[in-house]
Amino acid sequence: MSKTFTLDGKPIPFEDGQTVIQAALAAGSYIPHLCHHPEFKPHGSCKLCTVKADGRQTASCTLPAAEGMVVESETEELNAERRALTQMLFVEGNHFCPSCEKSGDCQLQATAYHLNMMSPHYDHFFPNRPLDASHPDYLLDFNRCILCSLCVRASRDVDGKSVFALAGRGIKTHLIINAKSGKLADTDFSASDRAANVCPVGVILPKRRGFAVPIGERTFDKHPIADYADTRLAQPEK
Amino acid sequence: MQAPRDDHQSYLDPILARNGHRAVNLMQILREAQESFGYIHPDAVDYLTVQLKVPRTKIEGVASFYSFFYLEPRGEYRVLFSDNITDRMLGNVELMQRMCSNLWIERGKVSEDGLVSVDMTSCTGMCDQGPAILVNNIAITRLTEQRVDEICDLIRDKVALADWPAEYFRVVDNIQRKDMLLDDGFVPGSALGAALRRGPEAMLAEVRAAGLRGRGGAGFTTAIKWESCRNAPGEAHHVVCNADEGEPGTFKDRVLLTGYADKVFEGMTLCGYVTGARKGMLYLRGEYRYLLDHLNDVLERRRRGNLLGSAILGQPGFDFDIEIHLGAGAYICGEESALIESLEGKRGTPRNRPPFPVTHGYLNQPTVVNNVETFAATCHIALEGGAWFAAIGTAKSSGTKVMSISGDCARPGIYEYPFGVTVRRMLEDCGATDTQAVQVSGPSGVTVSAAEFDRILGFEDIGTAGAFMVFDRSRDMFEVARNFVHFFAHESCGFCTPCRVGTSLLRNLMDKLHNGHGSPYDFNEIEKLNQLLQSMSHCGLGRTACNPVLDTIAKFRPAYEARMLHREFSPAFDLDSSLQAARQMTGRDDSGAHLRNEKEKA
Repeated sequence: MSKTFTLDGKPIPFEDGQTVIQAALAAGSYIPHLCHHPEFKPHGSCKLCTVKADGRQTASCTLPAAEGMVVESETEELNAERRALTQMLFVEGNHFCPSCEKSGDCQLQATAYHLNMMSPHYDHFFPNRPLDASHPDYLLDFNRCILCSLCVRASRDVDGKSVFALAGRGIKTHLIINAKSGKLADTDFSASDRAANVCPVGVILPKRRGFAVPIGERTFDKHPIADYADTRLAQPEK
Repeated sequence: MQAPRDDHQSYLDPILARNGHRAVNLMQILREAQESFGYIHPDAVDYLTVQLKVPRTKIEGVASFYSFFYLEPRGEYRVLFSDNITDRMLGNVELMQRMCSNLWIERGKVSEDGLVSVDMTSCTGMCDQGPAILVNNIAITRLTEQRVDEICDLIRDKVALADWPAEYFRVVDNIQRKDMLLDDGFVPGSALGAALRRGPEAMLAEVRAAGLRGRGGAGFTTAIKWESCRNAPGEAHHVVCNADEGEPGTFKDRVLLTGYADKVFEGMTLCGYVTGARKGMLYLRGEYRYLLDHLNDVLERRRRGNLLGSAILGQPGFDFDIEIHLGAGAYICGEESALIESLEGKRGTPRNRPPFPVTHGYLNQPTVVNNVETFAATCHIALEGGAWFAAIGTAKSSGTKVMSISGDCARPGIYEYPFGVTVRRMLEDCGATDTQAVQVSGPSGVTVSAAEFDRILGFEDIGTAGAFMVFDRSRDMFEVARNFVHFFAHESCGFCTPCRVGTSLLRNLMDKLHNGHGSPYDFNEIEKLNQLLQSMSHCGLGRTACNPVLDTIAKFRPAYEARMLHREFSPAFDLDSSLQAARQMTGRDDSGAHLRNEKEKA
């Protein structure tokens, strides 16, 4: 018999060492998340996956699952707070969904829909974040960066290149590129890197491929994000 | 002395050698590099990348995290004004403006000749002798208009900092009330001798019997930390002293390190004896750079006296030594896991926990992190025993507490009391009159109003890291809270969404109220943000960032009501003030350059 905890009353089996979100996603139960990715070690920064475990609020991506734990996730209170966090991510950067190549494939946008986010609510920060179009094959649009650090982890831990890193502090935290010029063209980044295909939003984009799949037929146009049990977005579980 | 502009290897090689060419010492390497060259030059980063075998992103990521590291030239003289509320009350804003206009520069920008820059920084721990500044990270106290003018002359004449009047750099202890910790009778080595006679298990038992709890604010039981670390398997245990005294209004660790460093180092050594650690590190906040030579001298003297090194006091196998690591301007590094990250040469981001530092700390080894004052207290436990210590203070809070008192009072400075002392008693002792409120334990602590002055210091009532800022009835408590909110927004590490964005949103809302655009809507928004920060933040910084606002709303509501100038929502955006940049560029500030005045005329 495997061990279990309950998520909104539903028993979730887990193995020792699994976090709450890993076990939940494996069991086909969605908990909103952005910086979590099943292939990478937990980061715990976006806080979207915060749940109430035995009465205490904590990020489910860094919380080890424990026998008999009572976890609440789909509550009005938690979803309201997740919605506020999502709104914060929108106003912190510059997100213009209608003109974004990633629209319909974007996890931030899909999460906002899932959480019934109807407006950005807060005043926009309108940060000045220049594009990097130096690389022959890839474009970087930092306006959309949500600082999830998935590209950082992928480039460092999988590709062994450390092309990306976070720099600055506080609201000035931003993504930097591993070159004296600061430009992607001056790195060993390549299209076959894991980091090239991990961005949950529209920062790291291949050039000369625009709107190949029409809007309306994209990942989250077909199914809401909750129907994809994990972030690999292969096939819906349901 | 600066190296030739194109030669970085010549000054970097000795720095690298001193630091063992180890990337884990990146903080110290960057600090020394900057002290040699004035800033961290891109070519220096090139060289360090090769020598330390780390990607450039690592060096830039770390350097850009800390306020005192510069990847671009910031002038030969880098002046930073401490911006705690106590500095504000002493007129730091006016003095900074005076310096800027004297030097013909704008705040935050380097002068065109590359000579000087002037900016603000978080509290530098000189609240009892402010307004204070840092010049090239060296503290200068008791600023006056005259001193500002003199400093401007020295800068214009390019007088080397070492040749400035010594009086500028004089930092006084201001000890007003002494108890056990500030008693001068301590003989170096005596506590170690007492512990050796007992043995490590019995020494730990005394710390347990003493009921000693951490003096850094969180109040965790010291014996549990020491015992957990001692019992944790590992290749090398570590002892870390948290001297990153960043909580605005706190300066007691500065005084302990100035006059009582032996006690602090001996406490660390006691911890090494109990836990089996052979290495201790003291993480000194960058603002206290001026103490580095003094502390290294004390360490050297202790080594010569066989109080550090191998076979301490002739005890075979008792090997322990201490090194000083300097921070570089980041409040978050006072959080123990962020401090460990910083010790490892990384960005000071709090770790995910568990595991905790006692099992997985520095380099993933079992590590005790305690406050300066906690270590000092263990010397008295070694000398007098746990039962003696436990009898001092209250049942739940044993021992004494060293408090840093500043603000509206006749005798600011350092006061040591047994736990259980009332706020009222402290106010009387420091000569505070007509007091409206006291901020205990800094911005992340609690705002105590006049009705609560009979509350006591102690873990059962007002727990504290040691700050005690006094505000009389002439002060506007909304402005106090607004200063604290700006502090948190500046010091948020940026790791988690709620704190990174939420502290800035909170700052903007408080500014909106300050600027006369407040309505009940904004009040409601502030309360919602407070809730979110408390429940969703990664660490204590975000969770406590709303404390000053929540407390002042609850206790000084009229200060907020006065800002509710509108009944309905009013946008923060103001067309006239957004023309400020244009006015500055054209050098105009007459009525024709203001929208509001135009309207009023019509």
